Amino acid sequence: MADSSHGAPGSSVTVATPGRALDEFENPGLPPHRPRLADRDPRAEKRAERQVALLFFISVLGTLLFFAGYFLVPLDETIARLRLQNLMLGLGTAFAMLGIGVGIVHWAKTLMPDHEVTEQRHEIRPEQDRRDAEKIVNDILDESGIKRRPLIRNTLLGAALLAPLPAIVIFRDLGPLPGNVLRQTMWDTGVRLTRDPSGTPIRASDVTIGSAFHVIPEGLNEAEHKLEEKAKAVVLLMRLDPEELNPSPGRENWAYDGIVAYSKICTHVGCPVALYEQQTHHLLCPCHQSTFDLEQECKVIFGPAARPLPQLPIEVDDEGYLVASSDFQEPVGPSFWERG
Amino acid sequence: MSSSTAAQPYAPKTRTGKVTDYVDSRVGGSGIVKEFGRKIFPDHWTFMFGEVALYTFVILLLTGTFLTFFYDPSMAETHYEGSYLPLRGVEMSVAYASSLDISFDVRGGLLMRQIHHWSALLFVASVAVHMLRVFFTGAFRRPREFNWVVGCTLLILSLAAGFTGYSLPDDLLSGNGLRIIDGVMKAIPVVGTYLSFFLFGGEFPGTMIIGRLYVLHILLIPAVILLLIGIHLFMVVLHKHSQFPGPGRTNTNVVGYPVGPVYAAKAGGFFFIVFGVLAAISAAFTINPIWNYGPYDPSPVSAGTQPDWYIGWVDGALRLMPGTLGDNFDFEFLLPFPWGVNTLSLNVLIPALVPAMIVFTAMFAWPWVEAWVTKDKREHHLLDRPRNAPTRTAIGVAGVTFYCVMWAAASSDLIATHFMVSLNDVTYWLRFLVIFGPILAFMASRRISLALQRKDREIALHGRETGRIVRLPHGEFIEVHEPVDDYKRYKLTAFESPEVTVPKPDENGKISLLDKAHGRVSRFFFEDRVAPVTPKELEASHGDHHGEVAGAKDRESIASH
Repeated sequence: MADSSHGAPGSSVTVATPGRALDEFENPGLPPHRPRLADRDPRAEKRAERQVALLFFISVLGTLLFFAGYFLVPLDETIARLRLQNLMLGLGTAFAMLGIGVGIVHWAKTLMPDHEVTEQRHEIRPEQDRRDAEKIVNDILDESGIKRRPLIRNTLLGAALLAPLPAIVIFRDLGPLPGNVLRQTMWDTGVRLTRDPSGTPIRASDVTIGSAFHVIPEGLNEAEHKLEEKAKAVVLLMRLDPEELNPSPGRENWAYDGIVAYSKICTHVGCPVALYEQQTHHLLCPCHQSTFDLEQECKVIFGPAARPLPQLPIEVDDEGYLVASSDFQEPVGPSFWERG
Repeated sequence: MSSSTAAQPYAPKTRTGKVTDYVDSRVGGSGIVKEFGRKIFPDHWTFMFGEVALYTFVILLLTGTFLTFFYDPSMAETHYEGSYLPLRGVEMSVAYASSLDISFDVRGGLLMRQIHHWSALLFVASVAVHMLRVFFTGAFRRPREFNWVVGCTLLILSLAAGFTGYSLPDDLLSGNGLRIIDGVMKAIPVVGTYLSFFLFGGEFPGTMIIGRLYVLHILLIPAVILLLIGIHLFMVVLHKHSQFPGPGRTNTNVVGYPVGPVYAAKAGGFFFIVFGVLAAISAAFTINPIWNYGPYDPSPVSAGTQPDWYIGWVDGALRLMPGTLGDNFDFEFLLPFPWGVNTLSLNVLIPALVPAMIVFTAMFAWPWVEAWVTKDKREHHLLDRPRNAPTRTAIGVAGVTFYCVMWAAASSDLIATHFMVSLNDVTYWLRFLVIFGPILAFMASRRISLALQRKDREIALHGRETGRIVRLPHGEFIEVHEPVDDYKRYKLTAFESPEVTVPKPDENGKISLLDKAHGRVSRFFFEDRVAPVTPKELEASHGDHHGEVAGAKDRESIASH
């Protein structure tokens, strides 16, 4: 470093000093102190004192209000009572705190001395210290011999790089490997479509044109990992005029008389696609507004999702209930690296 | 003083003296009192935001500790039996049930929950505003660069603290938030699925996540925050606080009030004020009424839901990104590899990572970027008024605009319903604004800064407009200007206005590419500049009056009245 006075305030090279150069205004120094009312008028001083005391007294009242709310407002099972208690406890605390806070600040601003004081900044560290420190560090390094003994240095480096790895590997058992679970849901051939959350089965005749059902597979409510299964298996069931459906080749018999079932889990980041616009036959995800068009097999027509909602092939069993013909033909929900 | 006390042993006479002597002769401490008792702190209302952040953190620790005594971070299934009738008998997690109990069956529990939540919102807000203050006034410059980095880390940690806490009640709303996190994680190439399975302990939602977030929320994150706050404040003491330029203030002094009694009283009193205001808000305004949402269930969701404000910008970015372009292009790519096909979801990855990376990288690197541009290696203890650093201010405003457009996008559905406009149009407009808004904001705010600087020059040279119109004997109307006093004028002129550095050729007559780039950036930063008024100019402006047309003399004499 060529600049020997590097970083030391007070030396002209390193410190920004407005007002020094010839074509700048000279610093006029601190403006004269303006006395406050309480500095000049003993009555104003007394008044300020009483105001501070009054504020502290308000704090006392606030604390009492808190106790009143706590002991005199018994909670029953109405939310109105809870609100009243919360209001009294909260306002009590607020007054207790604000009384003290505003009182102290008022005291400081009106009665404590308000002369601005000037203090000099000091160097963060004297230059000599830095030089000494550099020498000490170098001496330590020399004595340790770490520079002269590359064998020691390199083996230590290797060991130190490897040693933390167990601390990472040990977290391996935080969870199981994904395996195949993201590709399977509870749906299978013959599994009945049932209402969410009651679990009652749905007849094809229950599904009128324009209606939408939130659907779970039969037996979900009794499943061992209910929420995990539900997070994959929820389905929206809607009926359109069969003319309006435009099934692609291979999907002709996935619908039953205009009734279609689509995964309710958004292909964007997994929110439930819960909104159905009857008139336009659009499904809308309330989280990020991805919009899917039922008439085009839930193709994305707006928003951040990139893939259509997976369709669940359905049919009707002997008793007239809607059942799945198979599981989904692709993984539901948000994309993942291994999805393919 | 030390020489006189060395002669005879110190015998305290006052009661305070006896107490301090007792303590000091056992554990020391008079040194600390000497160092801090009368330490000078500069005062300015913008220095308050950091204090708010500190105090809200203390309030978070206090209320949070209370909540831990009643909250149970278990995802085991239970049936609710508490006082809130609409949910009685409903199946839910123990975590959600205990959160309901805190709200309905622990007296003051609801208040504690609400103060905790409001404080968390205010904590992140005050950290952010504090950082904006530091940025726009140039307080990050040498020697405070490391403290700026500590502050940036604290901002990220405050977001992490907020998000981990937000999910703990295990209600429907926060569960959907976790679902989004899960979806975003799964989009990460190669390791995403594994990360998700490790975080949730298996498939989403699993039974582990709440307990894990709880440990992060009440132990790890607050401990690191506390440590960094310690380092942050230590460095403030080490550097002494920066101050705005003004009469009596220089780069080598500190002007302000001593810690004892004024500053301590104001700052200490302010803690109670912050607490009081938060208590008042929590008394009157419900936050996060988890009982309305119900327990987490992957199927239902309500429209118009919002994350806590500080997560909004990432959620908004997710909303703004189009998943498909036209009929035949989408942002999800299938990559053929020898072992099979892998999926790359850029429609999720880009909005989830890129804006945050831009914002945080720019934030962390800014002190060094600016030092490179200005080639200024000096220590700065005097702050800039934002207008006096027009390009920095404009870049900051552009960043804020970028952030705010994404934040607004998190409410795109509510904007559409409240203003009765098409949701799709709102999204299209915001997509436009997220790209061009920052550019427009940059241009506008730089112009405004320069205009304000010119206004300052005007005032320094010709004084304040009094609004008094005077008719001169020959019929001319003038407005009387009142010259500013020396103090005010110094305040208006005490700043530096760097000039463009032109790259110089080396001994071979060549200019390196880096120097060329630096020259261009320097021109971008400082080409448009307003210089502070100099005494010479002030002199000349008075001279001008005398040289003007007839009547100037009268004008002078009126102005001086």
